Amino acid sequence: MWAMAMKEFRQMRRDRRTLAMMILLPVLLLVVFGYAASFDVDQVKTVVVGPRAEQVAAALPERLDVVRVAPGEGRQDAVEALRDADAAVAVVTGDAGQPQVLVDGADLFSARSVVTELRGRPGLPTPEVLFNPGLETSAIMVPGLMGVVLVFVGTIATALGVVRERQSGTLEQLAVMPFKARDVLAGKLLPYLGVAVVDLAVIVAVGVLLFNVPFRGSPLVFALGAIEFLFVTVGIGVLISTVSETQGQAIQLAILTMLPQILLSGLIFPLQAMAPGVRWIGYLLPLTYFVQVARGVMVRGAPFEALLLPLGMLAVLGTAVFGLSIARFRRDLAPAGRDHGADAADVDQDQAASARAGAR
Amino acid sequence: MSPEGTSWGCRRLGVRYGATVALEEVSFEVAAGTVAAVVGGDGAGKTSLLRALAGTVRPAAGTVRRPDERRLGYVSAGPGIWTDLTVDENLSFSGRAYGLSAGELDRRVGGLLERTGLAGARDRLAGRLSGGMRQKLALAMAVAHEPDLLILDEPTTGVDPVSRAELWRLLAASAAGGAAVVVATTYLDEAERAATVLVLDRGRSLLAGTPDEVVAATPGLVVDAATRPDGIPSWRRGARWRAWSPDGSTPPGTGLATLDLEDAVIVAQLREDQRWAA
Repeated sequence: MWAMAMKEFRQMRRDRRTLAMMILLPVLLLVVFGYAASFDVDQVKTVVVGPRAEQVAAALPERLDVVRVAPGEGRQDAVEALRDADAAVAVVTGDAGQPQVLVDGADLFSARSVVTELRGRPGLPTPEVLFNPGLETSAIMVPGLMGVVLVFVGTIATALGVVRERQSGTLEQLAVMPFKARDVLAGKLLPYLGVAVVDLAVIVAVGVLLFNVPFRGSPLVFALGAIEFLFVTVGIGVLISTVSETQGQAIQLAILTMLPQILLSGLIFPLQAMAPGVRWIGYLLPLTYFVQVARGVMVRGAPFEALLLPLGMLAVLGTAVFGLSIARFRRDLAPAGRDHGADAADVDQDQAASARAGAR
Repeated sequence: MSPEGTSWGCRRLGVRYGATVALEEVSFEVAAGTVAAVVGGDGAGKTSLLRALAGTVRPAAGTVRRPDERRLGYVSAGPGIWTDLTVDENLSFSGRAYGLSAGELDRRVGGLLERTGLAGARDRLAGRLSGGMRQKLALAMAVAHEPDLLILDEPTTGVDPVSRAELWRLLAASAAGGAAVVVATTYLDEAERAATVLVLDRGRSLLAGTPDEVVAATPGLVVDAATRPDGIPSWRRGARWRAWSPDGSTPPGTGLATLDLEDAVIVAQLREDQRWAA
């Protein structure tokens, strides 16, 4: 038994990545998620519109963080502010009487806190919940979970697929075949992208038909966000594959990139409930922006213009991650065979032989 | 295939992995229609030389002459086959990668399956083939497009004697068809079948030439004995002993051995060890 334990300990000591995961990761996760794991939204972004906007804004409870007071605007503007995620609450005032309070049901935890507070106080207006009137958890979770599925397919499946070539020794075989690195990568990724698109369609259908998740916005905008997000996740997968020798290492790294995305993207815990020191991590994660696009399009029916920021961030992340992954993959695949000009050594490929091959 | 007189290889080739020198000043040539063997122990630089020839390793110095990548066939030291594809699918992928048309592919695959004895296993997953069958499949994939230069990294290591013979028959057939064949091997009886032999040791060229030239260049005397001779370097050959007498003397109880490539390579390595020790 001791011999077995010693052997295992020696192997564990040499597998530094696993050891780091076992020792450092729990501490890191505890600290990070300790600050992130909160459903309590203290401050809710609020717009106040209508003739008595300034007067009402001054009297609102502290929890409602007034970001815009617009006496010249009306209910339609307030609804649009909620739809475009400029605020989670809109107070619409009239010339007299109680103001209307509109709440964005897609911002579930903000909405719940406001609804609970207002309904508990006699004399205050009854809030009207838009987009997700029943404050159903599934309505906001399903669009976000689509992102998680795309992370699974995009990152894990891609990383495993590419590492499998390396581990089985066939990557070297591909390197000598007359392929360009971009052809190998594109050919390798196409099936995974295809499966991811099918997955996405199935999840949308299940979400809409089984969980009654609304789909109010443009399918094209949703598709654009999904494709951008897929590029980021697939890029992360390829990037992981370039630094992993085995499929086990690839899975470890994929989990390391997935956990923060699931917990810090606003999918489960609202971003505004996180401590600022942790929240900025969320703003670096692609899932954060996909969740905003998916919830925006499906639940609130947000138009393209209202989603420019998350769509733009996904484009930036996609370009950066995918570009880096292609560069690393190209370096792995073709160290000498494709780019002879820069070689220290002179590689003389027989052009006559090429011509003969072409003539056959 | 290459026209007669064409040759491929390298001159004064150097390969480095970081600070480690894998090859230094190695020159090597293989002519169309011939088989050249690269031999050497573990870490001698065989794989680095073959990779540099195939273009998967960037040379640090020297020149490499190889055909266009469409005219190159390569069997790596790993399996080099896709274990979750069938025999047919592997051959089809490889053929398509090298630009064979569907008709040409069908014709060549059929012939290759017959010659390699894999016709009965064409629908079997490559991962379920025996070691020898896997190597034959890898070789078939490398020759399906009839390359000008065929590079094989220890294709017979770990393969049973019958499959070894079949593999050599196949690569000899490629050479007979006009290809220049470079094969790395640790089996010196195989290397004796090659037209030329390059012996590597610690990344440097130790011996080069035809097997007869290499044997003829052995310095001193190699003797044969029933028991281990004292005082001179010796090694086992079957149930008997061989020993190297650098000064050409015949120790008592020994007789002159009929020298072969294995003896020649061992003597060359003993000399090199002495040189390094000095």
